[in-house]
Amino acid sequence: MSATAAVPQVETPFRRFVSEFCASPLAVGGLVVFAIIALVAILAPWIAPQDPYDLAVLDIMDGRLEPGSVGGSGITHWLGTDDQGRDMLSGIMYGLRISLLVGVGSALIACLVGASLGLLAAYAGGRTDTMIMRLVDLQLSFPTILAALMILAFLGKGIFNVVIALVIVEWAYYARTVRGSALVERRREYIEAAMCLALPTRRILFNHLLPNCLPPLIVVGTMQIARAIALEATLSFLGLGVPITEPSLGLLIANGYEYMLSGKYWISFYPGIALLITIVAINLMGDQMRDVLNPRLKK
Amino acid sequence: MALYLLRRLMQSGFVLVAMSLLVFLGVYAVGDPIEILISPDADQIEKERAIRALGLDLPLWQQYLVFVGKALQGDLGRSFVFNEPAIQLILQRMPATLELAFGSMFLSILIGLPLGLYAGLRPNRALSKGIMAGSILGFSLPTFWVGLMLIMVFAVQLGWLPSTGRGDTALLFGIPWSFLTLDGLSHILLPAINLSLFKISLVIRLTRAGVRETMLMDYVKFARAKGLSPFRVTFVHVFKNIMIPVVTVVGLELGGTIAFSVVTESVFAWPGMGKLIIDSINVLDRPVIVAYLMMIVLMFIIINLAVDILYTVLDPRVRLEAKA
Repeated sequence: MSATAAVPQVETPFRRFVSEFCASPLAVGGLVVFAIIALVAILAPWIAPQDPYDLAVLDIMDGRLEPGSVGGSGITHWLGTDDQGRDMLSGIMYGLRISLLVGVGSALIACLVGASLGLLAAYAGGRTDTMIMRLVDLQLSFPTILAALMILAFLGKGIFNVVIALVIVEWAYYARTVRGSALVERRREYIEAAMCLALPTRRILFNHLLPNCLPPLIVVGTMQIARAIALEATLSFLGLGVPITEPSLGLLIANGYEYMLSGKYWISFYPGIALLITIVAINLMGDQMRDVLNPRLKK
Repeated sequence: MALYLLRRLMQSGFVLVAMSLLVFLGVYAVGDPIEILISPDADQIEKERAIRALGLDLPLWQQYLVFVGKALQGDLGRSFVFNEPAIQLILQRMPATLELAFGSMFLSILIGLPLGLYAGLRPNRALSKGIMAGSILGFSLPTFWVGLMLIMVFAVQLGWLPSTGRGDTALLFGIPWSFLTLDGLSHILLPAINLSLFKISLVIRLTRAGVRETMLMDYVKFARAKGLSPFRVTFVHVFKNIMIPVVTVVGLELGGTIAFSVVTESVFAWPGMGKLIIDSINVLDRPVIVAYLMMIVLMFIIINLAVDILYTVLDPRVRLEAKA
């Protein structure tokens, strides 16, 4: 055998993951849709027909126009306008920005906090473990909506407060997941070897233990982003979430609530569709990832 | 068993104390109750008298003990808005919430279990795939938005069902219930469906996963090899084992349902505890917020305890672990 022979494609776990993920057209569809939504959200200031935050361009005379009608400023409102004459399409694009920012941001922070505490619990064991896990149990025995409600009742409205509330209610899911897999991993030889080398604890935790606990964490993280987005929308709908000056999708829906009974459905309908598509896309990806990354379902 | 129960009870007690501390600190230490309770043009002497009367001059830990002492006697303060004992306000609205929660639990089992069973037994049929896709939708649909859409379709456009309120009620044990009258039933239907969507999906997925895992077990293979009818294998051997996770999760969901009815009640203007707490948060009616939170914490602890006990009864393996 010569050294110049073509190196066969090595099947790395990542490649296997990608190929198995792509086996489900639904999941790939979810990924594509989510990518488009994320792009729309990021590019909103450049592609939206109107700046919904700029009160100077809003005309109250354009209020509650039906989808497809042309407003006073000459813009065609494809999805209609809300009670303040705000173009719904632009409102949704900007709303997506806030919803995604809050959802992804809080999920990432919660992941950071939860994963660190979960790792610590599994690695340290003993009293530290008991204390952290008691806290997790306590957190998980209360429904997220209630805990978030409680925190926001104390803190008040605001994007930052919503993120804090979401992090507090979500970290426990990550902590439990990471601890579960870290407990299995830490008995493995490579951890023992790392400990024999007297590596600093921080390095063992984050360079050795964490990478091997990632698969379930990714699954939980994906699902939690969807949950966070939904929860933020719910809180904003209840009037406890984002302030009225920066409406997320939930608040847009809430604004349309009072006009629904008079048949002006579009103010609530379209933001809800945007919310739904976002959450479904994320859940479809997460669902397939869970099947791919779950060793129990392997034949 | 007695030892296990005792330990569980002690844990519950600890959680209750911890939560009461959190609620106390959250509500009483974050905001200043004096600003709300005393008129701004009260003079210094009046102010100090009020502070002393309310016990706000005591150190925080003593205030907490006073709060706990009163709470143990069922006194969680008077509502600023209604000027009624907060606990009484909540108890008045509790039946409406419980009715809604149980109605939606009932719907979720009624719809979710057969669908999940079918999807688990025939995983490759198109209908099963449809059921599973539908369950993803059930998880993804934001409850409040579905509620709005239900109102739009069934109340505004079709005009079949009423959109808000409880409708006529009938008395049972001196408490008004909606499900006893036809008008009340028509009022509860939309909110109950709305609240049950998430749980229907949950039950479908749990049942399907349970069926798929159990069908591969040796005892099921053995039962089939023995020549038992598929019906008996499914409904006696498989069913018993998938009921454990389903019962646990549905039981645990009861608490979640009661909590989540906050959203449904707000959408459908259902006069339950959830609507009360949202209204109270919006007007900063502190005693009601505290009372609601403490009640719900207590409710949760009881539900969790009941589920744990039920679990040990249903699953002998847990009993063994507890003994060991």
